[in-house]
Amino acid sequence: MPEMTLIEGVRQAMDEEMARDERVFITGEDVGQRGGVFRATLGLFEKYGPDRVIDSPLAELSIVAVGVGAALGGMRPICEIQFADYIFPAFNQIVNEAALVHYRSGGEWAAPLVIRAPYGGGIGGGLYHSQSVEAYFAHAPGLKVVIPSTAYDAKGLLKAAVRDPNPVLFFEPKKGYRLIKDAVPDEDYTVPLGEAKVTREGGDLTVYAYGMMHYYVLQAAEMVARQEGIQAEVVDLRTLAPLDTATVIESFKKTGKALIVYEDNRFLGYGAEIAALLADEAFEYMDAPIRRLAGPDIPGVPFAHSMQDFFMPNPDKIAAAIRELAEY
Amino acid sequence: MAQNLTRSHQIDDAGLDLDAALLREMYRLMVLARRTDERTWVLHRQGKIAFHISGIGHEAIQVGAALAMHRGYDYAHLYYRDLAFNIALGYTPYEFFLAVYGKQGETTSGARQMPSNWSARRLGIVTASSPVATQVPQAAGLALASKLKGEDRVTVVCLGEGSTSEGDFFEGLNWAGVHQLPVVCIVQNNIYAISVPVHLQMAVPNVADRAPMFGIAGAICDGNDVVASYRAMSEALDRARRGEGATLLEAKTYRPVPHSSDDDDRTYRSRDEVEEWKQRDPIKRFQAYLLERGLLDDEQIDAIEQEVRAEIDEAQARAEAAPYPPAEDALFPVFAPPDFEQ
Repeated sequence: MPEMTLIEGVRQAMDEEMARDERVFITGEDVGQRGGVFRATLGLFEKYGPDRVIDSPLAELSIVAVGVGAALGGMRPICEIQFADYIFPAFNQIVNEAALVHYRSGGEWAAPLVIRAPYGGGIGGGLYHSQSVEAYFAHAPGLKVVIPSTAYDAKGLLKAAVRDPNPVLFFEPKKGYRLIKDAVPDEDYTVPLGEAKVTREGGDLTVYAYGMMHYYVLQAAEMVARQEGIQAEVVDLRTLAPLDTATVIESFKKTGKALIVYEDNRFLGYGAEIAALLADEAFEYMDAPIRRLAGPDIPGVPFAHSMQDFFMPNPDKIAAAIRELAEY
Repeated sequence: MAQNLTRSHQIDDAGLDLDAALLREMYRLMVLARRTDERTWVLHRQGKIAFHISGIGHEAIQVGAALAMHRGYDYAHLYYRDLAFNIALGYTPYEFFLAVYGKQGETTSGARQMPSNWSARRLGIVTASSPVATQVPQAAGLALASKLKGEDRVTVVCLGEGSTSEGDFFEGLNWAGVHQLPVVCIVQNNIYAISVPVHLQMAVPNVADRAPMFGIAGAICDGNDVVASYRAMSEALDRARRGEGATLLEAKTYRPVPHSSDDDDRTYRSRDEVEEWKQRDPIKRFQAYLLERGLLDDEQIDAIEQEVRAEIDEAQARAEAAPYPPAEDALFPVFAPPDFEQ
């Protein structure tokens, strides 16, 4: 099975879905001849032509809104927002329009579009090329929010997202685009939306994460296993909305301790929901306070390396938090 | 006032040879929409319903435009003042009364949205929200879908002149221009966005003046003249179907009633102004035209009124008698099922 990078998984998913279903088209800034500023759509313009890989005007609101309209018209658009930080002009079209189409029309209409956006820090991107925006969207009923942490999942989840009849926000950990590499089958497969995955078995505590942080958590888990013999169970959430609450709760019942790692600001970030869920549903199993390791409550992420490193969770910080929780 | 086009009391049928049956149908639909709207005001004043947002005065552009379309085939992405548009496309007064009462079986949203947030797939009417102008870039997307599929379907999108200040309007028409999309964007310029007059909305005399900046056609019609509106709309639809792209069609009109049942228009405009515009009422004008040409007589006019009144009475009674939806209907799925097909 060939190894490929996470961004190659994303590209292969789009390529295969466009070949499979002629309703699928891509639009966004620079997605055409340039192949995307991160090169996610490289080669697709040449293969599918300007009617299916459409360079959009530089206007995020309309990239999404045109996608909504095209979806209502029976197409399956994939809309690329160049950086998640630039998604906010389209916020109304996502949370007030796409998300509500099915509910507000009593089931007459649906908006099957995928909105892809690279997110997250660690690349020296400063305040406007580093943000983690998932919590804004996971809060809105009607949106599916997906974040892959492996190349395998990137391909399988994106293909599932394209086939889903609902609006799906697909946030890609840009620091992991070329760093994360794993085995990806050439053939067609999907990874179902709404299913978390236990990616490392362990009995001492559970670490919940997604995206780039999941990649770091696995490294941290190996460090503490090697050094202190702590066996951390790791859960990759993969789909933030709708959340696979069963898998989240089941793991906690097994270990009784939870650490949630996310690179967004800590306050009202996605980890707060996991913490509340466990407190509500599995209080009797709790052996320690539920911990969150997240970014500080400042705009993410400051530019200078020193400040960026201060902001971002990394394997060392995660390992330290695991040790502390294991000792409780 | 920059609305000189509607100073005339005449109907402009120059160069048009419209079938008598079509003209009579235009009249009947305008009356049906007007009487439905008036009845809804009464229901509000009786305390029977919570809210009404009225389309009175806009019947000519809406009925004229709708009847020029391939009804049920072309997409209609409409806004809250489009009651007459909906009725001309086949939406019934009974459906509307179910919506204003918020009763079980309400057809646009299952009584989850306020009334006048339209949706009727069977009629090509696209689900609509309340934030204004959001439908314009979505209409570009619908038109893009038709173009990519090779269909000759046109997407018609409506809004008021206040909505043209939104970024959505500009971004949507920019797409329509860049990709020569089959869109007709009808701006019903009734001079007021709630209380804000048009000269505080934009610094150009006409909404249609903006068309060249998008590379699309611009046109202005007398929105109180159903025949002129039909003609302007037919030209725009033909242009779109010929592959020549979008039209920004500005219909000059007026709203002789408050913005909504929660508004008091006496706080921002004179009664003289309102009275002056009432003299140009689109139904009165059209009735005079039809009488003058012998296409209708007083007896037929009375018959239409009676027929419409009977329909509205029956629709209102049925809607009033309908039960409210069960509270659990609030839990209607927010996600479409896996096998959903548009």
